[in-house]
Amino acid sequence: MAEWIARQLPALVVLVPFTAAPLAYLLGTGFGRQIALISALLSQPLAILLAVTVVREGELRYEVGGWGGPLGIDLVVDGFTAVMVLVTTVVGLFVTVYALGYFGNRERYRFFWPLWLFLWGSLHALFLSGDIFNLYVCLELVSMSAVALVGLTLRREALVAAMRYMLAAILGSLFYLLGVALIYGAFGSVDMQTLREVVRSDTTGQAALALMTVGLVLKTALFPLHFWLPPAHSNAPSPVSAVLSALVVKGSFYILVRLWVDVAEPMAFPGVSTVLGVLGSTAIIWGSIQAFRQQRLKMLVAYSTVAQIGYLFLLFPLVTGGGQAAADAWMGGIFHAVSHALAKSAMFLAAGTVLARFGHDRIDGLGGLSRRAPVTAMAFGLAGVTMMGLPPSGGFVAKWQMIRASIESGEWWWAAVVVTGGLLAAAYVFRVVGPFFGREVDDLDDADLNAGPSPWTMESAALVLAIGALVLGIVGQPLLDLIMVSAPALVAGVTP
Amino acid sequence: MSQTDLYTLVGSALFVIGLYALMTRPHLLHKVLALNISSSGVFFVLVGIARRVGGPVPDPLPHAMVLTGIVVTVSSTAFALALAKRIYTETGTAALDAADVDVGESLGG
Repeated sequence: MAEWIARQLPALVVLVPFTAAPLAYLLGTGFGRQIALISALLSQPLAILLAVTVVREGELRYEVGGWGGPLGIDLVVDGFTAVMVLVTTVVGLFVTVYALGYFGNRERYRFFWPLWLFLWGSLHALFLSGDIFNLYVCLELVSMSAVALVGLTLRREALVAAMRYMLAAILGSLFYLLGVALIYGAFGSVDMQTLREVVRSDTTGQAALALMTVGLVLKTALFPLHFWLPPAHSNAPSPVSAVLSALVVKGSFYILVRLWVDVAEPMAFPGVSTVLGVLGSTAIIWGSIQAFRQQRLKMLVAYSTVAQIGYLFLLFPLVTGGGQAAADAWMGGIFHAVSHALAKSAMFLAAGTVLARFGHDRIDGLGGLSRRAPVTAMAFGLAGVTMMGLPPSGGFVAKWQMIRASIESGEWWWAAVVVTGGLLAAAYVFRVVGPFFGREVDDLDDADLNAGPSPWTMESAALVLAIGALVLGIVGQPLLDLIMVSAPALVAGVTP
Repeated sequence: MSQTDLYTLVGSALFVIGLYALMTRPHLLHKVLALNISSSGVFFVLVGIARRVGGPVPDPLPHAMVLTGIVVTVSSTAFALALAKRIYTETGTAALDAADVDVGESLGG
C-alpha cells in the first residue's frame, strides 16, 4: 500500500481535490463542508510526501494512464513544482478552516465548496503539467472556478468584477493558446522536455513566446494589465480573495517562469527579461502608491498584491546572466511567491473577519481595532512585516536573495527598486496598523446582523498563516534547498 | 502560398477582429461573441497546422487540441452568458460601466 501510494503520488495530489469537488456538489451544503475539510487534510501528507520524494529522488515523471508522450499527458514534478504544490496545500487548509466559520451552513453559499475544491485541484494540475497544451486547459480550469467564486455573493459589484475578470482571463488564455499553436507548428511538440532542445529564437519562436507572454502577463495582472485585479480581488468573499491573491495569480506566473527560464533560453531573446523587469518595478512603485491611497481595507490589500506581483517579475532580468546571480534570483523569486502567498492570504482573511464583524472595511473607521479584535489586528500586523520585508520574515529572505542577485550581476538598480518597494510597503502597512493599535473610533460597533466576536477558527487561521510567513525566514533553508532540486540548467550551474 | 499559410493568415485576422470588438464594444453579448470569434481564429490556425505534414493523412494532434479547445470555449461561453444575464437582471444594464447604460437598455430587453 505504502509503495503504491508512493508510485501514484503525482496523480493522487491532483485526484484528491478533483474527486472531492463533485462529491461536495452532489451531497449538498452540510456534507460539502465536511468533504472539503477531509480533502484538505488528506492533501497535507500527500504534498509533504511529494516534496520529500523529490528531495530524495530528484525529478519525478508520471505517465497518466500509462500512455506516455506524445499522445498521453505526463505529470512532471521538480523542486519548483513541489514548492508550489506545498504552499497551495498549506494555504488551502487554512482557507478551508476559515471558510467553515465564514460561510457556516448558509444555503446560498453552498457552491463555495465544490468550486473551491475544483480550483484547488486545477492549481495542482497546473503545477504538475509537463506540456504546454495541458497547461492551457489547466489555466482555463483555474480561471473558470476563480471567476465563479468571485461572483458567489451575487452582489452587483461582485458580478461586474467577475465579468471583467472573466473577459480578461479568457483573452489571456486565447493569446496563450495561439502561442501554443505556433510553437507546435514550428517545432512539432508541446512537451516541455522536448521543446527545451528544439525551441529556437527564429521569427515563429519569437512570435509564439511573445503571444504567450502577453496572455500570461494579463492573467498575472502585471502592470499595466492589472486593471481587472483590484475589483475582482476586493469584491470577492474574503476566503476567495485570499486564494486569488495568494495562489491563483501565481499559477500564470509559474507558466511564465517555466517558459522563459526552463524551456526557452532567455539569452536568445534579448530585451524581453529587461522589459518584464521594468514592468515589475513600475508595478512595485505604482501599486504601493495606489495601495496607500485606498479608503477601503480590502482595496488596499488588493493593490498591495499588484505591487507584490512586481517583485516576482524581477526574477527574469536577474536570472538571465546565469551563474550565482541566477541561482540567487531563482531562489529569491520563488521564495517571494511562497512568503507572499502566506502573508497575503493572512491579510485578506483578517480583513474578511473585520468586514464580517463590523459590517464595513473603511480604513478611517477601524481605529482601535486591537482592543475589539486583538487576534485579527495582530494577524494583519504580522503579515505586514512580511510585506515590508523586515527580518526575520520570509519576505526579508526573498528580498535579500534578490538584492544579492542584483549586486552579483552588477545590475544594482534592481536592488534599489526592492529597497524602495519595502519602504513604500511600510507606508501603506503602517497607515492601517498604526490606527489599529491607537484610539478607538465610534464606527467600531459590531454590525447588528451577526454581532459578537467571530468564530475562533477564523481569527486563528489568519494568525497562523501570518506567523507562518514570519517564521519562514528562520526555517526557510529546507525550502530553499527544495527550490533548487532539478532546477533549470540556467540556474543550476552554481548552488550555494 | 500554401494551405497552412492561408489558414494561419485567416485565423490571425479573425483573432485580431475579435480582439478589436472586445475592446471597442461595450455590450456584454458583443464582448462574449468577440471572444468566440477570436477563439475560432486560434482554432483555424491549429487546423491549418494539422495539414502541414505531407501525405494524405493530416496530423491528428492539432485536431485533438481544437476539440479540447471547443469544449473549453463552449463551457466558458455558457458561463459568460449566464453571468451577463445575471448582471442584466441585477443592474438593468448589460455593460461593465454604468456610462454605457443606454446600450444595455436598447439591446437587453
